[in-house]
Amino acid sequence: MSEFRSTATYIATRDLEVAVNAAVTLQRPLLVKGEPGTGKTMLAHEVAASLGYPLIEWHIKSTTKAQQGLYEYDAVSRLRDGQLGDPRVHDISNYIVRGKLWDAFEATDPVMVLIDEIDKADIEFPNDLLLELDRMQFFVYETRRTVQARHRPIVIITSNNEKELPDAFLRRCFFHYIRFPDRATMERIVQAHYPDIRRELAREALNVFFRLRELPGMKKKPATSELLDWLKLLMAEDLPPEALRDKDGQVAIPPLYGALLKNEQDVHLFERIAFLARQGSHPRG
Amino acid sequence: MFAAFLLSLKQAGLPVSITEYLMLIGAMKAGLAEYSVEDFYYLSRATLVKDERHLDRFDRVFGACFRGLETAEGVSPRDLPDEWLRKLAEKLLTPEEMAEIQALGGFEALMQRLGELLAEQTSRHQGGSKWIGTAGTSPFGAYGYNPEGVRIGQQESRHRRAVKVWDRREFRDLDGDVELGTRNFRVALRRLRRFARQGAPVELDIPDTIRSTANNAGVLDLKLTPERHNAVKVLLLLDIGGSMDEHVRLSQELFSACRSEFRHLEFFYFHNFPYERLWKHNRRRHDEVTPTFDVLHTYGSDYRLIIVGDAAMSPYEITMPGGSVEHWNEEPGRLWLERLTSHFQRAAWLNPVPERSWQFVNSTTITRQLMGDRMFPLTLAGIDSMTRELGR
Repeated sequence: MSEFRSTATYIATRDLEVAVNAAVTLQRPLLVKGEPGTGKTMLAHEVAASLGYPLIEWHIKSTTKAQQGLYEYDAVSRLRDGQLGDPRVHDISNYIVRGKLWDAFEATDPVMVLIDEIDKADIEFPNDLLLELDRMQFFVYETRRTVQARHRPIVIITSNNEKELPDAFLRRCFFHYIRFPDRATMERIVQAHYPDIRRELAREALNVFFRLRELPGMKKKPATSELLDWLKLLMAEDLPPEALRDKDGQVAIPPLYGALLKNEQDVHLFERIAFLARQGSHPRG
Repeated sequence: MFAAFLLSLKQAGLPVSITEYLMLIGAMKAGLAEYSVEDFYYLSRATLVKDERHLDRFDRVFGACFRGLETAEGVSPRDLPDEWLRKLAEKLLTPEEMAEIQALGGFEALMQRLGELLAEQTSRHQGGSKWIGTAGTSPFGAYGYNPEGVRIGQQESRHRRAVKVWDRREFRDLDGDVELGTRNFRVALRRLRRFARQGAPVELDIPDTIRSTANNAGVLDLKLTPERHNAVKVLLLLDIGGSMDEHVRLSQELFSACRSEFRHLEFFYFHNFPYERLWKHNRRRHDEVTPTFDVLHTYGSDYRLIIVGDAAMSPYEITMPGGSVEHWNEEPGRLWLERLTSHFQRAAWLNPVPERSWQFVNSTTITRQLMGDRMFPLTLAGIDSMTRELGR
């Protein structure tokens, strides 16, 4: 079996590689957590691409039920067909709508399933999927048939930690927490995404970025995805590296900061700090 | 194979089980971490730890186990408080001084001495050459220099000694030490969920559909009803500062976790007792205050009021004008509490102090009377009875 490694567009740390390979080899779900914007969903896409598996994505919303991932029985269509005298009505299986997990179980080649943002759903959602993810099978009550996975799909689950997941569910998963990348990793990530970025610009931008993250009291710290968006903007505007720095190296409000700060309170806080810093450096004016 | 490791994890309070252990053995058998101890560390971490709050504890146990060491006797499993070790100053040592420092003799002797010192020492210490602290020359602590020093809570190796991955302790900020799982709390609080039908009609109302289809001479006529939404509204007042310091993190964690449970959750802070003003950000408590009257007028009486506080103070802070320790209050605190409880009919006071010691504190007894006996301990059972009371 091929191993997962960093790809040209996705920089994985060694601990992430080990966790992914363990999940793939033992065919257990991998639960990925981390700050928003550190590339949890990206990870699933990259793993699927690097192993050459098709990816089935199941995005969870607050109204998603576990049953919808397996199948749904469309009673309303059947009732309507019954009214209109459609012959299809005699076979109930015509009205069973397959869910994402069913698709994954019945696939002829091994596939990968991404259950994205599982914490968005109801608190009981993970419990309802315990057996299905463990045995990779489920029972369709309407047709009295058991759907069994032909190949155990590789399951990657992401969570933003809005809700805590039940212990019984966690026991069945491998777990990886995507730590916020340190500077060296971040440089590699920037290199991977924008290979032709100017060196000084990247350096200055990273300076600004990490200083911004260290500000106390930020509501939403900018993460990797924000940095990459911002760099894209900086490159599109063709700004010189000096634009990111004040003349005397003081804190300046970075240009196009809207890409980094997503919260008006953070913008406000930042403007105040920058103002105070400037006052401190030029007393009386 | 690694039973001892698993047991020490269990002892350190990590929720590990046989399932995970077997999974780790299976992974080892599959050859996922064959030649590298670092890979084994990553693999066991991915298998045995399921919550980023436990990562730091795992790192410590891993370090201890695979160095073949037992924790020195008498040392509490909790680490030293972080602020002890925060770097305040760094003492610069001359090479002569470094040469002067003699190792105390062997690692085991050091660990034993560390245990003795930890038992003796009760306060933060910096500098000096005996106590555990920072920037000193004692063999214990961080940012100091002693060739055989024990590093405690140091971010990186100061003197460029090799640090193993698990010694970097990168996850210490995440260690929450939550004894009462927020999930348990949430399950207890679920009782408070009141189902009410509001919003757009999205769910099929089957009885109504059948009735109107029959009325329609068998032609299908779909009837929809709004989906159930959690419509319970909670107003939360948190005591902050002073005697509450040790409790407030727990209570805040509990209710921030509940934000997703309750669609309408509003919170304010107060100090010791609610007076004429409350605030949203403790950091800016003197600039951005909300008058309590505004709170009374903003939030309808359908909100359930939950006050979290230890109610331990001088009785004058409740009964007398000007009794507040922070400012001059024109009206006594009890009047404000009465205003709050008469506006919010469904109110309760959660007290993090164990129930058996309430009767010994005069102010707690007074508060309890003012609340009409609706004071509950901040435990699972307490929250359960509180939700039953509030759900009435």
